[in-house]
Amino acid sequence: MKRKRKSSEIILAALTWTAAAATIGILLYLVVFILIKGIPYLTPSLFSFTYTSDNVSLTPALVSTVVITALSLVIAVPLGIFAAIYLCEYARRGNRAVALIRMTCETLAGIPSIIFGLFGLLFFVGALGWGFSVLSGACTLAVMILPLVMRTAEEAILAVPDIWREGAFGLGAGRLRTVFRIVLPAAAPGILAGIILAVGRIVGETAALLYTAGTVAQIPTTPMQSARTLSVHMYALSSEGLHSDQGYATAVVLLVVVILINALSAGIARRCGAKK
Amino acid sequence: MNCFEIKDLHLYYGAFHALKNVSLDIAAKNITAFIGPSGCGKSTFLKTLNRMNDLVEGCVIKGSVQLDGEDIYGGIDLSRLRRRVGMVFQKPNPFPMSVYDNIAFGPRTHGVRKRYELDAIVEGALKDAAIWDEVKDRLKSPALGLSGGQQQRLCIARALAVAPEVLLLDEPTSALDPISTGKIEELLLALRDKYSIIIVTHNMQQAARISDTTVFFLLGEIIEYGETETLFARPANKRTEAYITGRFG
Repeated sequence: MKRKRKSSEIILAALTWTAAAATIGILLYLVVFILIKGIPYLTPSLFSFTYTSDNVSLTPALVSTVVITALSLVIAVPLGIFAAIYLCEYARRGNRAVALIRMTCETLAGIPSIIFGLFGLLFFVGALGWGFSVLSGACTLAVMILPLVMRTAEEAILAVPDIWREGAFGLGAGRLRTVFRIVLPAAAPGILAGIILAVGRIVGETAALLYTAGTVAQIPTTPMQSARTLSVHMYALSSEGLHSDQGYATAVVLLVVVILINALSAGIARRCGAKK
Repeated sequence: MNCFEIKDLHLYYGAFHALKNVSLDIAAKNITAFIGPSGCGKSTFLKTLNRMNDLVEGCVIKGSVQLDGEDIYGGIDLSRLRRRVGMVFQKPNPFPMSVYDNIAFGPRTHGVRKRYELDAIVEGALKDAAIWDEVKDRLKSPALGLSGGQQQRLCIARALAVAPEVLLLDEPTSALDPISTGKIEELLLALRDKYSIIIVTHNMQQAARISDTTVFFLLGEIIEYGETETLFARPANKRTEAYITGRFG
């Protein structure tokens, strides 16, 4: 009996160790592979201000990434936060509309991004006639990240203890003042963490953008022009096959951007935890 | 002089009849204690006095509650009502902001904007709550850094900052140690001349120590009320006697 238990313990320990080692190993392999393949091609010409088919510069894509990210957030963040405020603070519990909104939201979060791309193509690009443009791309991404922003904001707002709301009401503050002066400041770190996650999704997105923002590799001067983000740039370089090495170099830049975003997110989460 | 006059009050949480035919006059500038076992309705009754039960879904109230002759369930402005009837909760609940901003939250809600006015209100409220000496050098630091007892006195100061007439306290010392409890009791006795104080307590010794009038609740009804000394020395009702001598509850 005792011996049997010991052998099962060893098997279990081996399994957990293998799983942990495999996870770390795969991640390390991936990062090292990208770095080795990419770093030698991080040349100054790859960062020149304008794109030509010779230098395949990623600077315009970097600028477009920032622009599209900012525009998507401007659209999705207020919508998501206000929807979350409505669901948590104003809607009555057991309200049918609330259940419907939550369900819609969860469904949206599970849809593959290519479907959002197709929707963007049919609606923003086609029906609204915006063409392949920064605006179409940003709107599509806004729809895509809306559930994420809303759910994280909702969780952050629900985590604010009721005793603070009661305290504010007890002093004669109305619901609006309570929400904006007490609840939102307390929920801000959680909401911010959700926004940063959303930024991560935008930066890593290609499928939804190929159909909506197009692949023009210049810096857009108006929102109605087509543009490509870093991910799309990398996809284009790799799939065209003529500049695969520069594709790896772009991957290095993308990797750095994503790591920075995650570090920022972790930092905020830590600060939020330390405050409590 | 009465601050509250309650007549034929019934309160339902959905199908549950939580308060049954409660009628009571509460004297002004006095300490009134509500005692009774858990679930007897004393906290629920306290919350009808500043309409905090409005926040509870499915809560229905019948009967009349008058504050200085004005029906608070009529067309009264809620914000004004809660300014006149302040509340301190069971668990200290300072907002996650500085000591100063905590106290200034109420006055700012009611339109005080000028810095010197706020400064004066904050200092006055903290002095009234006997916590000024402990926090005057850290008005800008987070209120959540104070000890539990200090936090509760801060919450009392916060309630006083809007110059209420009545102060409702819902078991304010149940989360505190004996020394902090003693300080809060002293404070309430000092405030008695300026405010009408209504306190819900689980602690019968506390009711006996500080209150002028005691009201005994059981299963949503008032069983007995009267002068604290009389009620504890010669309870008229058998059930009151059983409760205060510790035979149930």
